[in-house]
Amino acid sequence: MKNTVIYLDNAAATRTDPDVVKSMLPYFTETYAVASSQFSHTPGILAKEGLDRARKILADKLRCMPEEVIFTSGGTESNNLALKGLAQAYRGQKDHIVCSKIEHNSVLHSCQWLEKEGFRLTTMNVDEEGFVDLDQLKKSITDKTFLVSIQHGNQEVGTLQPIEAIGKLCKEKGVLFHTDAALSFTQLDLDVNRIHADLVTVSAHKIHGPKGVGALYVRKGTKLKKIQHGGYSEFDLRPGTENVAGAVGFGKAVELAQPEHVEFIRSLQKTLCDRLVQEVEGVEINGPKDLNKRLPGNVNVSFRRIEGESVVLHLDMKGISVITGSACFSRSLEPSYVMMAMGFSHERAHGSIRFSFSRFNTAEEIHAVIESCKEVVEALRKISPLKDKE
Amino acid sequence: MSLPYTKKVLEHFMHPHNVGKMENPDATATEGSPACGDMVKLYLKVDDKTTQIEDIKFESYGCASNIATGSIITDLAIGKTLEEAKKLNWKTAAEALGGLPAIKVHCAVLAVDALRTAIENYEHRHGLLKEKIPTTEDVVMKRLSRVINPLAGLDVVKTKLVQEVLVRDGVVTVFVELPEAHQFANNVKNEIVERIEPLWDVKKVKIVFRGN
Repeated sequence: MKNTVIYLDNAAATRTDPDVVKSMLPYFTETYAVASSQFSHTPGILAKEGLDRARKILADKLRCMPEEVIFTSGGTESNNLALKGLAQAYRGQKDHIVCSKIEHNSVLHSCQWLEKEGFRLTTMNVDEEGFVDLDQLKKSITDKTFLVSIQHGNQEVGTLQPIEAIGKLCKEKGVLFHTDAALSFTQLDLDVNRIHADLVTVSAHKIHGPKGVGALYVRKGTKLKKIQHGGYSEFDLRPGTENVAGAVGFGKAVELAQPEHVEFIRSLQKTLCDRLVQEVEGVEINGPKDLNKRLPGNVNVSFRRIEGESVVLHLDMKGISVITGSACFSRSLEPSYVMMAMGFSHERAHGSIRFSFSRFNTAEEIHAVIESCKEVVEALRKISPLKDKE
Repeated sequence: MSLPYTKKVLEHFMHPHNVGKMENPDATATEGSPACGDMVKLYLKVDDKTTQIEDIKFESYGCASNIATGSIITDLAIGKTLEEAKKLNWKTAAEALGGLPAIKVHCAVLAVDALRTAIENYEHRHGLLKEKIPTTEDVVMKRLSRVINPLAGLDVVKTKLVQEVLVRDGVVTVFVELPEAHQFANNVKNEIVERIEPLWDVKKVKIVFRGN
């Protein structure tokens, strides 16, 4: 195995920016007190100031007020808090939730759990590019609906939902709109008033921040109940000692994100996508063909007649880190539910490979990846019993 | 670094032995399907006097365990008589590979199944069966329960893709509930024929598509 790794699994976790790490360090060894009010001791006040600065940075990015940003332990907790917290608040009044079939599991499984608790759930279909249908959404919303939860960018195929239109529709219909924007935050504009969102999930480790910290934007006046009990931190919505160092790192990561990074990542995306289609036979693009409708850092393709886990393992031997939607890769031994929802054949899902980039990748790496893909695909096709047109 | 695979598995995965297609094999067998994510096709050449396996080749659409097991099982089988080769099982294969993750056993079983089926197919066609069970509709249905419906990833019987078969004078007719123009029609047809044709008393396999 080569020493240099070409890491293309940034949709899972990104490299923590060294400047982020630097910004966090004082909060471990110097300002380690629990963040507390101005009527407390100095170390506690300093910690609180660090936390508040980070909150302000996130609020500026989302174009909201700092007190509308709740720090959590990550995207999963933010999604759980949004769904279960609202369900608690609306229990006995409204009982219907709408989400899509391709939401992250922390949304899907929370919704399914709420269904067992007596709430009603509509999981919307998506088309072959992963988009939800606005007319269908309109029809799904009833006077018993309190929440629509539709993600911004999809974790596997990168589909960007038309959240501005969805938010507008929800506003007209008088239902709350939550969007899981963990993968698009800082790369695409998430002005909460433009997208008419009431709740937005974001996460630090997807944007070169540390693991273990996320946030939930909650529009002022939203009825949300806390789902964990303890103290009164985070505006009495999320008890537990604040992860000050994590929040500071998250803030730093947001500050470091620049528009030119997105342009650069888009260029890598276009190069990989175009060249794979041109230079490898039997490749299908999974997700939107129009790259502007995808997350900037996402390319997902299926190589026909070969299975994904073998591709992943071969690429890993060459020092390239990617993932597949194949059943053989999953703990459940089921092919990707996202691709099944998009109406793909099992074979296409089994042969799918996700490449996800960050600003730390380089054009040279992408060229190396293309050459490696060609070699691996050829080798595996040579031993495949499936031939063309079978 | 700790991949879930042993060094031996990775060696066989990266450089599989006995791979490729064989011209004029004496018997073949296919197990699994792209819908399940794993498929193995196996080819045999057998010395008809000694029943020794003279040559063996396999092709794999599958994950690392699948490819590695295909490689090791063909290594183990070559030179053995059919009776000896029949005794090989996935445990033998897994041991020879230094172990396989439990969750991957089902991928590994396919190559072993393919070897067994190929041997069985050979025996059917070369008068080597100890007991000549006549092919009935039940026998056909039982064999078809190992053909995978590519639409569902489950077998064609369970998914009701095949609900009816007819056996008359060595001619087996299989009714498939799919339109003939369906994208998977040909694939399903080939797999059914391959599964039924080797039976010792079957002269012909007819596939009738009747879906709409």
